[in-house]
Amino acid sequence: MPVSNAISFYNGQAIDTKQVPVLDVGTFRSSVIDAAASGMRIAALFAAPLGNSRLRLFAVLADDSAGTLGVLSADVGERYPSVAVDCTQAHWFEREIAEQWSIVPEGHPWLKPVRFHPPYRGGRRQDEPITPSVMDFFKVAGEQVHEVAVGPVHAGIIEPGHFRFQCHGEQVLNLEISLGYQHRGVERASVGGPNKRTVHYVQTLAGDTTVGHTTAYCQLIESFSGRNVTPRAQVLRAIALELERLANHTGDLGALAGDVGYLPTSSFCGRIRGDFLNMTALICGNRFGRGLIVPGGVGFDVTDRHCESLAERIAQGLKDVTVAANLLWSTPSVLSRFEDTGRVPIQTCRELGLVGVPARASGVEMDCRFNFPTGMYRFAQVPVSTWNTGDVFGRAYVRWLEIQRSVAFIRDQLASMPDGPITTQAKPLSPNRFSVSLVEGWRGEICHVALTGPDGGLMHHKIVDPSFHNWMGLAMALRDQQISDFPLCNKSFNLSYCGHDL
Amino acid sequence: MMTTLKLVHLVLAFVAAPLLLGIINRTKALFAGRRGQPLLQAYYDIWKLLRKGAVYSRSTSWLFAAGPWIGFAAVVAAATLVPFGGARAPIAFPGDFLVLIYLLGLSRFLLVLSALDTGSSFEGMGASREVTFSALSEPALLIALAAVAKYTGCMSLSDMVVATVPHLWLCAGPIVVLVGLALLIVFLSENCRIPVDDPNTHLELTMIHEVMVLDHSGPDFGIILYSAALKMWLLGQVLVGLVVPAHTGVLWVDTLAVLLSMALLAVLVGIIESSMARVRLLHVPQLLVGATTLSILAVVLVLR
Repeated sequence: MPVSNAISFYNGQAIDTKQVPVLDVGTFRSSVIDAAASGMRIAALFAAPLGNSRLRLFAVLADDSAGTLGVLSADVGERYPSVAVDCTQAHWFEREIAEQWSIVPEGHPWLKPVRFHPPYRGGRRQDEPITPSVMDFFKVAGEQVHEVAVGPVHAGIIEPGHFRFQCHGEQVLNLEISLGYQHRGVERASVGGPNKRTVHYVQTLAGDTTVGHTTAYCQLIESFSGRNVTPRAQVLRAIALELERLANHTGDLGALAGDVGYLPTSSFCGRIRGDFLNMTALICGNRFGRGLIVPGGVGFDVTDRHCESLAERIAQGLKDVTVAANLLWSTPSVLSRFEDTGRVPIQTCRELGLVGVPARASGVEMDCRFNFPTGMYRFAQVPVSTWNTGDVFGRAYVRWLEIQRSVAFIRDQLASMPDGPITTQAKPLSPNRFSVSLVEGWRGEICHVALTGPDGGLMHHKIVDPSFHNWMGLAMALRDQQISDFPLCNKSFNLSYCGHDL
Repeated sequence: MMTTLKLVHLVLAFVAAPLLLGIINRTKALFAGRRGQPLLQAYYDIWKLLRKGAVYSRSTSWLFAAGPWIGFAAVVAAATLVPFGGARAPIAFPGDFLVLIYLLGLSRFLLVLSALDTGSSFEGMGASREVTFSALSEPALLIALAAVAKYTGCMSLSDMVVATVPHLWLCAGPIVVLVGLALLIVFLSENCRIPVDDPNTHLELTMIHEVMVLDHSGPDFGIILYSAALKMWLLGQVLVGLVVPAHTGVLWVDTLAVLLSMALLAVLVGIIESSMARVRLLHVPQLLVGATTLSILAVVLVLR
């Protein structure tokens, strides 16, 4: 169902910026709220400057059932009525907008910075607090209520993030997550580009999602320049994306086992993850796929010998990971830890606009490869893997289902590898365009949105990592749980800090 | 001669205690397909820590620094009460098993106090968990020993193992099995092993024992590690002494049998840790109450 007032288009299709409807803020707000109420998701909500210091709000709405995207916009001044009041999905986006452009969404229930950087416009004195400057954590008072602060420095070798628990004994009443320690300013670095550095910045947006983010970015650039990608390059991109999924899902299953102290799966998966990473290295020489995806195609070709070797290795990989995963599902002590831990009901998933594995584990049938297919996924479909419990077990089991389907997909693609070149002639970017590119990375929906200026350079680049949607889901999963189950819940989401912090 | 022997046994306990950790870790490594850390890694760690300097938070008092050392003294005192397999302990008197249990309790109490002294929310949580679980494993241990005491009519741990073990198996097999299982669960719980605690985790929020000692460093931490190893050895000795009938009368055979049993116990712990996940913290009490039930069943069988 198309949203009223929005222009409808497809994933990876560039439209003229003038075609994007500009509404007044009130209509914009109610249109977004209505669209969310009718089952659409906010894929991105951001403010972009329009040259002369004016700001325009853009909302990209994803209609999973129709496979179309909608976009609408509105010019805003210093303040506007908050969308989040009536549409929870917008909550984190509005905090981001308020922080980046120092505009106030009036009535926002919890207006705090998300990354703690000075605003992009207007000066700020050194001693001035970063706006919006609410720094309080949500507090619970009462007898036997205590507060536990974890991070930003953690005991393991992981990224920094601060977690503030309000507990009653061992029970968590509320968890508030405070991020931003990894903020590097990647979005701003793209402005005026793309230049030689841009693709490298994108590759390291979230180190474990190199292929996902780079594919999304390349689709975006290709949509602006009308550059086609050859079938062979599309197949290689899809194989790399699935290999990334395989490596990370396998690693996650191992880490989940490690968190409950179950050694066999933990040890096996650690090694098998390496095997999958090495398969990516076989294609491009880098275990994380750096340099593989480039605008216009792929940077490395494979020979028949590579394909044979890949097919062999993938068969062995599946065999190994099957043994390791089935150990998990057949060990009662593991299942008793996984089941009913960190449950997120499907209703909460929809309200928060969760994406990827956590959403599918709660029964939301959503997968960009299926709903918004691009590249090879238009011709070879990957079924959506869902589960209905929404707990740690569900999130683990969906990963296992996806591992099997990714292997099947890669095998099919290897068996019918199209011939031809791997890259096409570069073309200049068209000016004054707006485009959205969605890719189902292993964590979930990766969304890149960009506008080109009159010179064809990027005027604004907005990146939404799946983690941006899902951190709030983790906070909700912890409600009324045991604080000792936090690491397990956290691992079952396995969200990115730098992907969120950008 | 007897005194020398007892002292040799005592020294053997002091020397060999950290070896158990090495055996457990090597067993786990074997299951995971790794080579694993050196067998003597625990010795290296303790020796390294003892030579380091300690860091003290400004918010701690003398209690924080004293806790590990008083705790260590309590465990050393407890060591004099524990028989070596079938041989009598250096000190034995009626009711000594109560003193043993409460000396170990004293050691824990001091560790809990020094954890609370830091004022850290992690250590407070760890202390709360440690105390809750030890309160539940204490009855299991006490009742199990009471069952043996009642059956044998001996009130001293040394008498219990010396006088009875060979025919205990023949006359009262079920009691030994029940007591053995209860003591094994207590052994796992008191020594922070899976399924109760995961000694290898780095996740502060799930730890029990490890989180209590997060702020200790250098020699203090070294002595905590050593006390923990010694405590594991002592509880292992109690378990092995009551369950393994190593009473041939030939000194070296008995000694070897006891050492071998201790090694097998460590292997068993390694196997348990490699084959199951840690239970949910909320379910740990059920496990410990289960151990208490086994002990009570043993008492019922004795009284029957």
